[in-house]
Amino acid sequence: MPAPVIVARDLVKRYGEFAAVDGISFEVAPGESFGLLGPNGAGKSTTMRMVGAVSTRTSGELSILGLDPDAFGPEIRSQLGVVPQSDNLDTELRVRENLLVYGRYFGLSGKLVAKRADELLAFAQLEEKGKAKVDSLSGGMKRRLTIARALINDPSVLLLDEPTTGLDPQARHILWDRLFRLKEEGTTLLLTTHYMDEAEQLCDRLVVVDKGAIMAEGTPAELIRRYSSREVLEVRFGSDRNVEVAERLSGIGERAEVLPDRILIYSDNGEAELERITDAGLHPITSLVRRSSLEDVFLRLTGRSLIE
Amino acid sequence: MSEIASAGRGAPKGRLETPATHAASGTTARALAAARMPRRWGAWYVALHRFRVMKSYTGTVVVAGIGNPLIYLYALGVGLATIVDANAGDQDVGGVSYLVFVAPALLASAAITVSSEEFTYPIMLGYKWNPTFTGMSASPLRPTQIVDGVVISVSIRMLVNLVLFFLLIVIFGAAPSPAAFLMVFAGLLGGLAFGAVLMAYTSTLEDDAGQLAMVMRFIVLPMTLFSGTFFPLSTFPIWLQWIGWISPLWHGTELARVFSYGYAEPIWLTIVHVAYLVALIVVGWVWARRISVRRLGR
Repeated sequence: MPAPVIVARDLVKRYGEFAAVDGISFEVAPGESFGLLGPNGAGKSTTMRMVGAVSTRTSGELSILGLDPDAFGPEIRSQLGVVPQSDNLDTELRVRENLLVYGRYFGLSGKLVAKRADELLAFAQLEEKGKAKVDSLSGGMKRRLTIARALINDPSVLLLDEPTTGLDPQARHILWDRLFRLKEEGTTLLLTTHYMDEAEQLCDRLVVVDKGAIMAEGTPAELIRRYSSREVLEVRFGSDRNVEVAERLSGIGERAEVLPDRILIYSDNGEAELERITDAGLHPITSLVRRSSLEDVFLRLTGRSLIE
Repeated sequence: MSEIASAGRGAPKGRLETPATHAASGTTARALAAARMPRRWGAWYVALHRFRVMKSYTGTVVVAGIGNPLIYLYALGVGLATIVDANAGDQDVGGVSYLVFVAPALLASAAITVSSEEFTYPIMLGYKWNPTFTGMSASPLRPTQIVDGVVISVSIRMLVNLVLFFLLIVIFGAAPSPAAFLMVFAGLLGGLAFGAVLMAYTSTLEDDAGQLAMVMRFIVLPMTLFSGTFFPLSTFPIWLQWIGWISPLWHGTELARVFSYGYAEPIWLTIVHVAYLVALIVVGWVWARRISVRRLGR
């Protein structure tokens, strides 16, 4: 087992009294794709900025590539690719220029940067856009350009903070495809997301984060097995009746969650539970049986939805 | 895509060929080698970036850099001068023609104008509106290098403007002293002294709720009027002269006059001009660097 690329132990970041990150510990192995899953404000971005050797930690241990970010910030950052939550491309420069300028920050020669810029524009499917203004790009294209920029130094670790937030489904799938290729090439990925499908697609292993602390850790499948049932039955009786009906549903399924708009019933056999409900004379307006997801894990752990 | 220019021959090859050697020890060595160039030259990389941005308005810089001096030198040094020289005689402006008197001041003002352009909105842009500084701070660059790079790029741009201005003054025949070329550096000192403090102040702004416009209106404009630019500071009542004494523009202007036509002032005062301007540059620069570390490292 090779030494981990990232080691965080009891990592804390305080802003005054408020602890944005409150004792997080995790390790990421080389080539692994590791996710931080949690709602907005959980401390994911702050964690990312500490791992990115930008934000200084208040306490705890942190080592990236075997180095302490307090002393070796530039060294660590030279090996990272960073895709921040909001794009910070230079809108006063053209698309390709953004890559050229950024590559120089790593002390790379102009010639090498120019060569990589062209390769990365192709990778990001932006060959035609090299001379375009940044502001003329769509949201998805800007994200891909930001990812291309993050790869200009051929990083060993790629940090992605909410990489697909705000993108339409098609743009997300293109992006996932690019990230998946990087993963196949052996790049270590650390990503935050509040989309469970994204976490399931891209993460080998993840931690569920809420209020600055880790609630659970494991592979997506493990977490689902541990904290949820195989299937989930979703029934809707109308927003005013859900709570009242829920009381009469006790004993059906392993567990139930009552949300404002629907009731979730956890069971290994959703269809069977639905039958028991109708047998009891209750007729939901709509019903749906689906497989458990990380969303259910999160709901179980925190009592709240991921996207609020 | 694996060779890093600065990594040297001894550094391990990239991950594409050998994903298994991706172990920390190899990448640690690679990291230590790869940061050498950015640690040394980072500020210059930022300056190169700024130049690339400035390139998009080179036209404006050159046209304004030649056009403004032309207009001011002609309007004040030739137009207004005919009235001033005819009525006041030579005594009131230190024994030289009004054109010679006003030219170094106009040059010093031009440096202040560059400062108020380059150390306000571009700084706000970098921290907030189009946070390129945040982007830079994710690279091996350190926050202080970002500040240094901005200062380097603006200094060079200012120098270009000042040299153009000086050449026009020479063409107007308004630089009698052989040491007149030194007024370029007087202008640079004055411009950077104001600019460094302005940059630090702008860096503290979380948002621009009109503060920068206020700076232009209530600091830059009065400073231009009350810094002995168009007439000697001594013509003001003593209770207004303090504005000149604290104004980097006044110190820059007086220094430029010393070089331009050997304006007679005690040598200690010349030393004070230089010392004051250098002190402002140091204070502003150090302050701006500290803010950058705090603001980008949150």
